Amino acid sequence: MTASYAEHVKLIVIGCGRVGSTIAKRFAAEGWDVTAVDEKESALNRLGEDWTGGFVVGHGMDTGVLRLAGIEDADAVVVSTDGDNTNLVIGQVAQKRFGIECTVVRILDPARAEFYSSRGLRTVCPTSTAIDALDEAVRTCVIPQQQREEAKV
Amino acid sequence: MYVLIAGGGKAGANVMRTLLRNGHEATIIEQDRDRYERLESEFEHQAMNGDATELFVLEKAGIKRPPDLVLALTGDDEDNLVISQLAKEKYGVPKVIARVNDPRNQPHFDLLGISPTVCATSSILGLVEHEVPEHELIHLLELRKENLEIVEVQIDKASPSAGKTVEKLSLPEGSRLISVMRDGKAEIAVGSTELKPGDQVLAILQPGKEDELRQVLLKK
Repeated sequence: MTASYAEHVKLIVIGCGRVGSTIAKRFAAEGWDVTAVDEKESALNRLGEDWTGGFVVGHGMDTGVLRLAGIEDADAVVVSTDGDNTNLVIGQVAQKRFGIECTVVRILDPARAEFYSSRGLRTVCPTSTAIDALDEAVRTCVIPQQQREEAKV
Repeated sequence: MYVLIAGGGKAGANVMRTLLRNGHEATIIEQDRDRYERLESEFEHQAMNGDATELFVLEKAGIKRPPDLVLALTGDDEDNLVISQLAKEKYGVPKVIARVNDPRNQPHFDLLGISPTVCATSSILGLVEHEVPEHELIHLLELRKENLEIVEVQIDKASPSAGKTVEKLSLPEGSRLISVMRDGKAEIAVGSTELKPGDQVLAILQPGKEDELRQVLLKK
């Protein structure tokens, strides 16, 4: 098992919405040392009543908040606030100022995600993923011949 | 000169007006619909509605030419940072000036190599310090790229440096006196220059050396 390894791995999740809170809970359940950061205190509710990880209220662009969350000895950072540009800045601060190599940033805009990814930031673009999934789903639909004929007319 | 301005608030609109008056070519991008309409009635086709952090908006505004200068003047620092990075690094814009709304974000701009920056709050604080010197050490200029700053110090009777020559002062490493202003006349500070009460001394130093310099010159 990786439990003993996981205990020493420290993850910080910045932006504790639907995505961030789920990631935080998932890794905490595997024994990772997880701290979530969100501007709103109410985001703590998303982590559930039995949340035993860390939680810091504050803006992720505030390095004081990042330090409080323990970024200086973090092994991994997930940035998933609802603002692409906010995520891009926080991600680069985590990567360049605090030297966290495993910094993963969510970017909704495929164009910005691609550019920053080409500059060495690990970006995840749910929009591109959705486009690919929809594309795949449409292509695997079996459209009856008759319908296709009708469409041509 | 072709200038692209992101952000059509008071700063953006006024800069736009002045640039056009001086015969430059400029485009201003504003995200907010109401604000855009006001800009459009004044600047017509030179105003654009859209999010200037979107690549296609920047491209429609002509960033691929590229402009001689991009001004990132929105009210959001994260947007200004991304606009500046895209302009410089993706489109090869030779000169970018960014506005810093919250001085606490200045380190982020420095970290990402965005320079020069303009921060109204920091400027006001600088002026306040100049008018009401709290530490008798006034910041005149910050040379961020060089990691140096220029400060002004007023010597008074109680100053330990009064009556001493510059070479006798044990100035902290990473600092130098530049000039001494006495009776309205400035002179370059050399080793034999003697400091007197009432002198206004300019010094250049590395940030963080202020307290040591203050100790040597003023000891308050």
